[in-house]
Amino acid sequence: MGAAGAAPEGIDHLFRREHGRMVATVSRIFGMHNLKLAEDAVQDAFCRALEVWKVRGLPENPSAWLITAAKNRALDVIRRERTARRFAPELDRELRSEWTLVQAVEEQFSANAIRDDLLRMMFSCCHPAMPEDAQVALILNILCGFGVAEIAAAFMLTPAASTKRITRAKQILARSKRLFEVTSRRDFAARLPAVHRALYLLFNAGYHGASAEAAVRGELCREAIRLARAVVEHPLGAVPETHAVCALMCLNAARISARLDFAGNLLSLFEQDRRRWDQALIAQGLAFLESSAAGANISEYHVEAAIAAVHARAPTVEATSWDEIVTLYRLLMQIRPSPVVALNQAIAICQSAGASAGLAALQAIEHADRLAAYPFYSAAFGELELRLGHRESARGHFRTALGLARNPEEQRFFSRRLAACEGRI
Amino acid sequence: MPEFAYLYRGGTRPESPQQAQQVMQKWIAWMKDLAEHGHMVDRGQPLERSGKIVQGANKSVIDGPFAEAKDVVGGFTLIKANDISEAAELAKNCPILERGGHVEVRPIMQMSM
Repeated sequence: MGAAGAAPEGIDHLFRREHGRMVATVSRIFGMHNLKLAEDAVQDAFCRALEVWKVRGLPENPSAWLITAAKNRALDVIRRERTARRFAPELDRELRSEWTLVQAVEEQFSANAIRDDLLRMMFSCCHPAMPEDAQVALILNILCGFGVAEIAAAFMLTPAASTKRITRAKQILARSKRLFEVTSRRDFAARLPAVHRALYLLFNAGYHGASAEAAVRGELCREAIRLARAVVEHPLGAVPETHAVCALMCLNAARISARLDFAGNLLSLFEQDRRRWDQALIAQGLAFLESSAAGANISEYHVEAAIAAVHARAPTVEATSWDEIVTLYRLLMQIRPSPVVALNQAIAICQSAGASAGLAALQAIEHADRLAAYPFYSAAFGELELRLGHRESARGHFRTALGLARNPEEQRFFSRRLAACEGRI
Repeated sequence: MPEFAYLYRGGTRPESPQQAQQVMQKWIAWMKDLAEHGHMVDRGQPLERSGKIVQGANKSVIDGPFAEAKDVVGGFTLIKANDISEAAELAKNCPILERGGHVEVRPIMQMSM
């Protein structure tokens, strides 16, 4: 099995993960214009598997079972539809004849072909005609098996908006005629930055995300890492930027479990028990970071990974090299300036040069209006005012943050900070 | 101990692989629970939703059943319990209930000596 199937995860993610590969493989056979037909065929196959397994229990090799079910379903559909429809142009002739049909389909379902299909679909989803958020939604839907409702929950969309985003994206995908070909070095390199960006956004949706469920956010991060690993394991994908993307994901994900205390309360970096950071992920992240240090180009992913590495290596908040972090944020502001980066920079400045300097940096953020709905912007003001002893002002900022909180953990977190202003904590 | 058949009827298809995953896990847990508490006699079999019906003195064969989807039997399991009320109580945990389906609990008829 390929990169994506390598992890021995039992059946925890079986349906979701096999779904992506199966849709990719079946739509390669049916042709992208028949994407809906491919999705329906895979859904049928999976529903059959579910019907049988829920009564009989799991078979020994559920993945192989699903692949066989999808293959058989694909054959049924081809036999039923081949007079009325055209399938993938390059396979169409073989699919029309009963002499060649089965072998042609078997070949497409061979292990190697399936592994590449995951990447083909991933690259296809990052179509330049689609907005970035649509690319991410499509990856989640097709490759990660998230339903419309789950995507709505992950991005705080209404179900109708989520449906619309995915339907439109699929129309674009279906019009693209065929899956993106991952064998052409030039095409691959041209599309790769969009793939990096989509996976990075997917990860961030989990890491900084708004979803009310911590479990959902964790899933998004895990999926992003899984897909990024699939890219880095492809010969054409193993470029420094991909290593940097993997590094920043692993290094940040290492802190996820420490971000909630045992009562499910959100903990800031300053409060986390660093013994709960995942050392195995940190080691992988640092190894990725090392491999990313080739070539002359420094991407935003390199810088973000470097920042995460400084945190990961620091035994305590006090022992953190905040000067280094400020420098890295300055570099990040040059590569990809954004109010959120400026906000993080201001917090680092506070740590290295004191609260007054931090506050000045916070007040100097350009386009700060874009942060108006971001609760941690108000919270940062609250934090710095509190450190300067301005309790009244701090209280106001935390109250604003509380009003903007996007999930129960954030609500409890800001309530706690508000209580700190009263000197109760 | 008396035996009972659980007939699984109806139930909606999952809308996403994520949901299929959750449904699957609930069924595994439920079946495991029945087995661990000594209630499982036979896991039974899933049934195709349609087939043939053979009927009448003229032995006609027609497609069927034409029951509404919510009434079609999708599978069965054989269990044992102290009495029908315990069997019904156990069925309350069946995951099919969360998806609009129902469980029919039928005692296996005993030959009384």
